[in-house]
Amino acid sequence: MIHSLFLVNSSGDIFLEKHWKSVVSRSVCDYFFEAQERASEPENVPPVIPTPHHYLISVLRHRIYFVAVIQSEVPPLFVIEFLHRVVDTFQDYFGVCTEAAIKDNVVVVYELLEEMLDNGFPLATESNILKELIKPPTILRTVVNTITGSTNVGEQLPTGQLSVVPWRRTGVKYTNNEAYFDVVEEIDAIIDKSGSTITAEIQGVIDACVKLSGMPDLTLSFMNPRLLDDVSFHPCVRFKRWEAERILSFIPPDGNFRLLSYHVSSQNLVAIPVYVKHNITFREGSSQGRFELTLGPKQTMGKAVESVLVSSQLPRGVLNVNLNPSQGTYTFDPVTKLLSWDVGKINPQKLPSLKGSMSLQAGASKPDENPTINIQFKIQQMAISGLKVNRLDMYGEKYKPFKGIKYMTKAGKFQVRT
Amino acid sequence: VHDDLKEMLDSNKDSLKLEAMKRIVAMMARGKNASDLFPAVVKNVACKNIEVKKLVYVYLVRYAEEQQDLALLSISTFQRGLKDPNQLIRASALRVLSSIRVTIIIPIMMLAIKDAASDMSPYVRKTAAHAIPKLYSLDPEQKEPLIEVIEKLLADKTTLVAGSVVMAFEGVCPERIDLIHKNYRKLCNLLIDVEEWGQVVIINMLTRYARTQFLNPNANEVLLEEGEEKEFYGSDEEEGKEEKVEKKKPYVMDPDHRLLLRNTKPLLQSRNAAVVMAVAQLYFHLAPKAEVGVTAKALVRLLRSHSEVQFVVLQNVATMSIKRKGMFETYLKSFYIRSTDPTQIKVLKLEVLTNLATETSISIILREFQTYIKSMDKDFVAATIQAIGRCATNIGEVRDTCLNGLVQLLSNRDELVVAESVVVIKKLLQMQPEQHSDIIKHMAKLIENIQVPMARASILWLIGEYCEHVPKIAPDVLRKMAKSFTSEEDIVKLQILNLAAKLYLTNSKQTKLLTQYVLNLAKYDQNYDIRDRARFIRQLIVPTDKGGALSKYAKKLFLALKPAPILESPFKDRDHFQLGSLSHLLNVKAGGYQELPDWPETAPDPSVRNVEVMDAVCCHGNCNSKRVGERSSGEERRTAKKTTEPRSESESEEEGKESSSESSESESESETESKEESEPDTEAKRNAKKKVGVSNGLELLKLFWHSRVLFVCILPCSAQTISPTFSSLKTYELLHRLTGEGLAVGYCFGRQPFVRDPHMVTVQIQFTNHMDTEARNLRVREPRLQSGMRIKEFPEIEVLPPGETVTTVMGIDFCDSTQAANFQLCTHTRKFCVSIQPPVGELMAPVFMLENEFKKEQGQLMGMNEIKETLVLGEACQSDYAIVQRVTAAANVGQVPCGSDQEYRFAGKTMTSNSLVLVTVITKRDRTAQLTVNCEKMVIGTMLVKDILHALSQ
Repeated sequence: MIHSLFLVNSSGDIFLEKHWKSVVSRSVCDYFFEAQERASEPENVPPVIPTPHHYLISVLRHRIYFVAVIQSEVPPLFVIEFLHRVVDTFQDYFGVCTEAAIKDNVVVVYELLEEMLDNGFPLATESNILKELIKPPTILRTVVNTITGSTNVGEQLPTGQLSVVPWRRTGVKYTNNEAYFDVVEEIDAIIDKSGSTITAEIQGVIDACVKLSGMPDLTLSFMNPRLLDDVSFHPCVRFKRWEAERILSFIPPDGNFRLLSYHVSSQNLVAIPVYVKHNITFREGSSQGRFELTLGPKQTMGKAVESVLVSSQLPRGVLNVNLNPSQGTYTFDPVTKLLSWDVGKINPQKLPSLKGSMSLQAGASKPDENPTINIQFKIQQMAISGLKVNRLDMYGEKYKPFKGIKYMTKAGKFQVRT
Repeated sequence: VHDDLKEMLDSNKDSLKLEAMKRIVAMMARGKNASDLFPAVVKNVACKNIEVKKLVYVYLVRYAEEQQDLALLSISTFQRGLKDPNQLIRASALRVLSSIRVTIIIPIMMLAIKDAASDMSPYVRKTAAHAIPKLYSLDPEQKEPLIEVIEKLLADKTTLVAGSVVMAFEGVCPERIDLIHKNYRKLCNLLIDVEEWGQVVIINMLTRYARTQFLNPNANEVLLEEGEEKEFYGSDEEEGKEEKVEKKKPYVMDPDHRLLLRNTKPLLQSRNAAVVMAVAQLYFHLAPKAEVGVTAKALVRLLRSHSEVQFVVLQNVATMSIKRKGMFETYLKSFYIRSTDPTQIKVLKLEVLTNLATETSISIILREFQTYIKSMDKDFVAATIQAIGRCATNIGEVRDTCLNGLVQLLSNRDELVVAESVVVIKKLLQMQPEQHSDIIKHMAKLIENIQVPMARASILWLIGEYCEHVPKIAPDVLRKMAKSFTSEEDIVKLQILNLAAKLYLTNSKQTKLLTQYVLNLAKYDQNYDIRDRARFIRQLIVPTDKGGALSKYAKKLFLALKPAPILESPFKDRDHFQLGSLSHLLNVKAGGYQELPDWPETAPDPSVRNVEVMDAVCCHGNCNSKRVGERSSGEERRTAKKTTEPRSESESEEEGKESSSESSESESESETESKEESEPDTEAKRNAKKKVGVSNGLELLKLFWHSRVLFVCILPCSAQTISPTFSSLKTYELLHRLTGEGLAVGYCFGRQPFVRDPHMVTVQIQFTNHMDTEARNLRVREPRLQSGMRIKEFPEIEVLPPGETVTTVMGIDFCDSTQAANFQLCTHTRKFCVSIQPPVGELMAPVFMLENEFKKEQGQLMGMNEIKETLVLGEACQSDYAIVQRVTAAANVGQVPCGSDQEYRFAGKTMTSNSLVLVTVITKRDRTAQLTVNCEKMVIGTMLVKDILHALSQ
């Protein structure tokens, strides 16, 4: 399936290659570079590029292209999903997935890639199994290894691979047993010029950090499971139990993992926690434009809207801006024309605003297009859909774990058209 | 070069070796050639340090191809590894050995793969499956023997192996669909527990399989379409009608078809996008039209994922949305475009929105499009204009609105926008030019400002084509164009010629000279196409003395009514490629692509999939098996694991004695519907578990033992594992279809504990209705039984439609005798006297015990209770596998682990009296063997000896 993998950085250098079958010359990447040149933006490089003898399937993450070389028919999503899994694994191991981190840990990277694919077919992609096979590097271990000459490769045999609960390591032990769950919801919305909602939906995830000894068996139930319209599970979740009782029952993997992603049923009206008043105008024949933006909270159920960040791609004709924020700071990049305003927290008594003028190219006609405003924000201690966890219980182990559940709402792709 | 590295590799210190290997791996990663270090590296293949060893493997696999001779030095290390008692080491040795691309070791590889395929560890068998495509790519000549291995591994019942072997199947022999028949139901049932990557491969393969074996569930729909076509080609009409009548039989979905749809559906909830896509394409290609919709929600969910995932999903949604518009209608807004989407995503979303547009949704879609036109991304704007054009052609009601909108765009400041609009307007006008002469006039004016050649050419064509609608302007345009002719682009020049010709034909008075002038300019053009065209047009339109025969028809030729272009989605009909495939995405057949076959006209024999039904769930005695079927069995797995791991021998001895006596009533609901094995089973297990309680491992183990069917706990240490024995069940005839007047009944011994009574033998009965009418009220009546024998009838089958097959289960307590059980089988009209006579081997159930325990028991069953026979092993009965297989086929006994190579032990106990039955086979060098049976019941012992003797010497 996957013949080879090339890692390409943003300046177009191949800085790592790995082959699982006969070696494919790195010159195959020339086709990729051609496509890269043609693309106006880095994310516009087609994910699948046919070449005379191979197909290149690539993903772009952290400004690194992961280019897989394929020789024959294979579902493209299979490869794409796998490549993303590789990136996730690197991130899990090294904390970040950057060119530097990969180069520093090239041996671990190679060992990982060797275990993840056999003859181009995925073999071990569960992080728990991989960690049994290859221990993640830590500073302490690196120091110890250099002194004692011991290794990163697990000494014991990775029985996890044979386990019937393949996602969980065996023999896990903690002195403090704890299980934390974060319910994080994102609002995707498009708001039109007049402030009415064109489309809005809520997507949520439950991310877990479980550090429990032994083989705990957890169940998690909701007060209002009917809210969940479409769900996708970590493989540990027992589907039948969910179907029958709407209870999440699972033996958790060890450490961090995403238990569940969900979509809130579209019948429910979505509360939009912020509103934007805007007045962005260009006048014909004038080299000045007006820019006014005011943000305000609405439908936040008394919670504060924090970490607000507004960004907007201004028309090409705009040379510079001269704005005055009532709070926070703003930046404008005259090359990319990207305006971003770090607002911080919205104070309902004193609404944040950004006002001023834009200078346009003299003599040029007024821009046709109006910029779109992208907004990011966070609201702590609230899931905007109203989803609530009812109980979290543990079976199968004797100790009393510490349990915690946190709620948060964020803006997803939240856009206001002007 | 690299002398320092060589030195380090030669040193005695592992740390130095490790450092050297790390540096070498870093070189490989950067693409630097490190092949000259081969001799120094390969020496360390047997290094004790596990990390050094691993890195050496990495190196070896990369460079062995270039250094074939030296690579051979390492082979013996791996061959040793293949015999290691630890399954992980065996697996790793096979993995590396099979990755070394050196042709000379092909026979060694073949041998290793064959051995590994019958390894007792499922993990090693999985590795064997992985090795198959490797060997095949190295030497395609090995196809036939490899297919044999694939066939064997396809019969494997563990989830660990399933994905890998199907992958091998797809790589080596995707055309051998016949190998799948017997494994089809098992694969369907295992699917949910297979790892994600295996799921994708299996689902894609099963899609193809289903297309060859089942009937089109949407045949009626197709028929309608076909019918129309037939009428169109009048002559075939009658034939068509006949066929229609013939086909009008109501469609009944094959239960196996349904099984596939049902078992894949939960996977739509997978976190893995590839799995979701695989299920979606399966539903698209196989499900009845009304059911395809369930996949839409999951596909829309994927649009939240990484942009590459979106890209692929949108391509597939685009194709689906043409065929099955309805399924995405409710998700229209999910395809709305955000300014932050990459252009390639925007364009695809636009495609989907266009495909989804209907009379009702068009107005909001057009409103969306209006916002898109203001985007800063000009490529996207151009695509939007195209999309508006397509909406206008598809939906007549909005054509004028669209046209007006596009005309407004003609005054846009961006030339690209204007140009694109011109091109689209041209296409729209062609549909109804009469009403739009003002638009044509407007466009004629544009020619002065617009510079994009394609747009200029389009305008000129329009004016030429409809010059009668704009009689005053047209000649003026030609005048202007004649002036600028030499500086125009080629496509524009061609259209100027075109315009000139058309005007000459309609209005020669005004334009004769202009046309001559243009033709003269063209005559000396640099481009030969233009020179050619000029010559051609001159000959055609200008009357000459020689009287060109064609010039009479010039008007007809140039001013013929031209059909309006059809603006079609580029995704139309792309579904002849299997969705989700690379070929579909590229719209080109990729290497190795397997065509999606057309549905068969008539269904092939469905009985080919009848694996003696319960076989799938019947692993024998010692079966340390991994449970199939259901994810929710996780809880049991956990406990199963816990209990099996630390098991001490004394514990297992006890289990041996008690194993099958402990039947749990709570399983009672689990039976009956053999087709739905997996679900009730799980239910039952859960109930069972609740009763027994989690902590009591021993109790549980017994329970598992009893429902051994359901579990395959993988024992971590090979000493305890016993290779699973696979045998197929023999089917006997209860009622021949002729005697039964169309009702055929067969039975087999399910070898599963009969849940309602532990002393009963499970008998599976399969009814097939060959009649034209349905059979009703199938039931058992008036059993005539020997004293002590008992029978538990199957629940009455109310209706069996014609052509259908149904399987049910009954239990019979034979009282440990081979006497037949006689009873009447009744339908609503008839009764038939039938009898079931069990072979002696079916009167027992396997027992799990260890070797020393076996010997102890055997010691107590000496003398009269022991029967010994010497036999000559049959030709086909030489291998371990064959012997075990033959014995377990002849008798329902379980294999007992055994230290010696030449000895095979099996244990079971009779159903009614729980008397132990111990079977020992000791093979000798000269193909002879000694068979010993120890059993308290001498009659059973004697008969069993006869049966096994017969089985082994065949």
